[in-house]
Amino acid sequence: MDKRTIADHNLTLEEYNRIVKLIGREPNLTELGIFSTMWSEHCSYKSSKVHLKRLPTTGRRVIQGPGENAGILDIGHGQAVVFKIESHNHPSYIEPFQGAATGVGGILRDIFTMGARPIALLDSLRFGPLDDPRNRPIMEGVVSGISSYGNSIGVPTVGGEAAFHRGYAANPLVNVFCLGLAEKDKIFYARAGGPGNAVLYVGAKTGRDGIHGATMASAEFGKETEHKRPNVQVGDPFREKLLLEACLEVMDRNLIVGIQDMGAAGLTCSTTEMAAKSGLGMDVDLDLVPQRETGMTPYEIMLSESQERMLIVCENDRTSEVKDAFAKWDLDAVAIGRITEGGRLTAKAGGQVVIDLPLEAVIDLCPVYERPSRLAEPPAVIEPAAVPLPADYGETLLRLLASPTIADKEWIFRQYDHMVQTNTAVRPGADAAVLRIKGQKKALAATLDGNARYTALDPEAGSKIAVAEACRNLACVGARPIGVTNCLNFGNPEKPEVMGQFEAVIAGMVMACRAFAIPVTGGNVSFYNDTEGESIAPTPVLGIVGLIEDIDRVVRTGFQAEGEVVLLLGRSLEELGGSEYIHLVHGLESGPAPRIDLDEEKRVQELCLEAIDRGWLRSSHDVSDGGLAVCLAECCFHSRGRMGCRADFEENIRADALLFGETQSRIVVSVEADDLDKLLRLAEKKKVETRVLGKTGGRALVISHRGRTLVDLPVETAYAAWKNAIPARFKKT
Amino acid sequence: MKFGVVVFPGSNCDQDTYDALKDVFRQPTVFLWHKDHDLKKVDCVVLPGGFAYGDYLRSGAIARFSPIMKEVAEFAGRGGFVLGICNGFQVLLEIGLLPGAMIRNKNLKFLCQFVHLRLENAGTAFTRTGTAGQVLRIPIAHFDGNYYAPPETLRDMEARRQIVLRYCEPDGRLTDESNVNGSLGAIAGIMNKEGNVMGLMPHPERAAEDIFGSRDGRVIFESLLKGA
Repeated sequence: MDKRTIADHNLTLEEYNRIVKLIGREPNLTELGIFSTMWSEHCSYKSSKVHLKRLPTTGRRVIQGPGENAGILDIGHGQAVVFKIESHNHPSYIEPFQGAATGVGGILRDIFTMGARPIALLDSLRFGPLDDPRNRPIMEGVVSGISSYGNSIGVPTVGGEAAFHRGYAANPLVNVFCLGLAEKDKIFYARAGGPGNAVLYVGAKTGRDGIHGATMASAEFGKETEHKRPNVQVGDPFREKLLLEACLEVMDRNLIVGIQDMGAAGLTCSTTEMAAKSGLGMDVDLDLVPQRETGMTPYEIMLSESQERMLIVCENDRTSEVKDAFAKWDLDAVAIGRITEGGRLTAKAGGQVVIDLPLEAVIDLCPVYERPSRLAEPPAVIEPAAVPLPADYGETLLRLLASPTIADKEWIFRQYDHMVQTNTAVRPGADAAVLRIKGQKKALAATLDGNARYTALDPEAGSKIAVAEACRNLACVGARPIGVTNCLNFGNPEKPEVMGQFEAVIAGMVMACRAFAIPVTGGNVSFYNDTEGESIAPTPVLGIVGLIEDIDRVVRTGFQAEGEVVLLLGRSLEELGGSEYIHLVHGLESGPAPRIDLDEEKRVQELCLEAIDRGWLRSSHDVSDGGLAVCLAECCFHSRGRMGCRADFEENIRADALLFGETQSRIVVSVEADDLDKLLRLAEKKKVETRVLGKTGGRALVISHRGRTLVDLPVETAYAAWKNAIPARFKKT
Repeated sequence: MKFGVVVFPGSNCDQDTYDALKDVFRQPTVFLWHKDHDLKKVDCVVLPGGFAYGDYLRSGAIARFSPIMKEVAEFAGRGGFVLGICNGFQVLLEIGLLPGAMIRNKNLKFLCQFVHLRLENAGTAFTRTGTAGQVLRIPIAHFDGNYYAPPETLRDMEARRQIVLRYCEPDGRLTDESNVNGSLGAIAGIMNKEGNVMGLMPHPERAAEDIFGSRDGRVIFESLLKGA
């Protein structure tokens, strides 16, 4: 094989030589393509594997940890949740609408492949600043792509996050999370059963779309990225809806042995993994693969990433029943091969053997790299003296509220059907989404969190904060965290400083997940988020699922009535580093990142959870981007009738750090006056500094510090700034 | 009252509607498969929301040719109750059981949000437990909900009081802002001349229990039950 072909397949010369040694001959082009995708970073995790092993993955609820399509946790009453997050960053930059849409399609398949009905989607999005008109069509395309797929298939998009920074202008992030509900005894895996079993191809026909998507996601973008557009697939949510119903039907009727979706690397990945996971082999006839176009080569058939396809293994005498079940949904199920002994993947086309590979070489013997890493110099630390205090705190608050990262995201989520399936008890825009389980008292909560401003400054602390904040968001609605999936978005792992960030992020995540005793059941690593040599800031996104004992106890963001007492759980430090405030107002991105003490964090969350269990909290909201002033403003915006509140602070720290600093481990809550003493006593017992800030009521948000009024704004004025910020940037002029 | 919820390929509110009828309103309820010709002796057919056949061509344009729709049309002709919600409304327009057509929302975006609706006619089989002028809070979720009908049709409909719901402000006023999808006359729900077929874009099944923050959608189902 010539060097050019090898390089075009994103394989190094060493990797190629390894292939030749493993299979005892030169691979043909189709086989080279198979190695190219299976050994790509996207499929093999060759640079991250050694580090990911350090994450805690066990726990009493864990039914399935990492290594399958999705993680599975036991939630009692014979039920299980199946959940996973995936990135679709690269395709979404090349073709925002289809890139994002097929990201949704892919994560949905990961969930229903395991026998679960998808019940919720969440998305974590990062774009360049909206003030640059080039970034708006990317966001518009991504949001409508997600909307078109999720809405059509009928899975509600119930939450997520969106943040904006110039570092994402040429490398937006689209991370999609899906949560499914399954019966514990009806879970399916990518298994082959025994030799002789039939291999069925179901779903859409195979076309030439998406060839080498996985390898594309494993390389940097250069100037010729435009040429990669044909690598992005086109989604068909209608067909996926049929596939979803048909798959769940054959699973429910126990007609199949195993199932695997054809996502990245399509037939290559599904055939090799299904056979290998059972220690068996597979023999397929590529001529039998349903094809959308004529003249497709074995190479193209094996590497196509056409969407909405699945591979099913069933016992031979079940084939006709499976075919009938799919026919009911107007889908074809075609037998294309059988399971064999001997651990090889063999394939014929036109009567010729075109693939004959030992599966061990393709999957288990993929190289694993412990890439060199280097910790970057700690970034500049802020000089408090160099940051002048704002002349007008009200004006500063309005600016923060109008910053797209903080502003209302309804422009996004009202394009998503977030109510279909009639389970959405807490809608988007809250700290966490809450979903009821029909017929049960318990409920599920889910949130996605990540803050690259912090991880850029301090990857380890930032990673801990991401876990802590996600758990805090769950605590705010009354949910206890039960499991984690992570989407790790980084630059090129061949750069030692990127690996340094990666290792530090993993280290922080290990500590935080241990502290909260939550297992990581899977996730996704997205490396090579670089454009023209520039890496994104390390952006770990945490998807955490929580369990609520009693749905009637769920607490929401936003004051409920006039005269409630407003309190702050947790203490405020003089911290400015990494805040949206110093970035937006002072143009600084210096550190240090906010301090994070996991013990303290846990105590604050426990206090919040216990107060909710006892029915004392009327509202709760976590303090995050923009700090306390933004948090209080949002409590007013989400309140009944947009009422105001008064908050008085006595802390002896700079007023801007107090109002806009992003000290962690803080929650703003409101209670009825009768419950105040009980809450304060519990706080003392839990050793959580808790202060009464003031009361709800009136039409204004009033904040004072040591007797001086800093903010006195009509809630409607603040609301308008927050509400209109994103829509205004999309107004056609 | 026995309800039948039609399942087209691509329907996605079929289960929600079924659950509401069966578990919230405690009525005997069955699914009706699009390929079948049997209405299973139901008293009311509900065409649920979703994207029947993917709606790639025009919402409801393919679904109207389903075998079951022939039966539904005959059933409606005999005076049987037919309720079309969202995509179901679109199908009723396409097959001609209701007048008018749908075009894309005026902002050319999918819209999922609570809206306020003014009950224009409380004398129908679908609204009799409400009061005229009452404002209901019910969610919408659609891309093609911008109602259109030719002027003469609209005049007829007005004269026959076929307009049942209009998008409005919380206090019942009709404004451009509250008419979120740009519908002609802010029309959100209509019925046929005979009063046994109703279509509406909002989702009453999503406003039938406390956890959704509104129970206003119950009016539609409770009215049907009251007549039974």
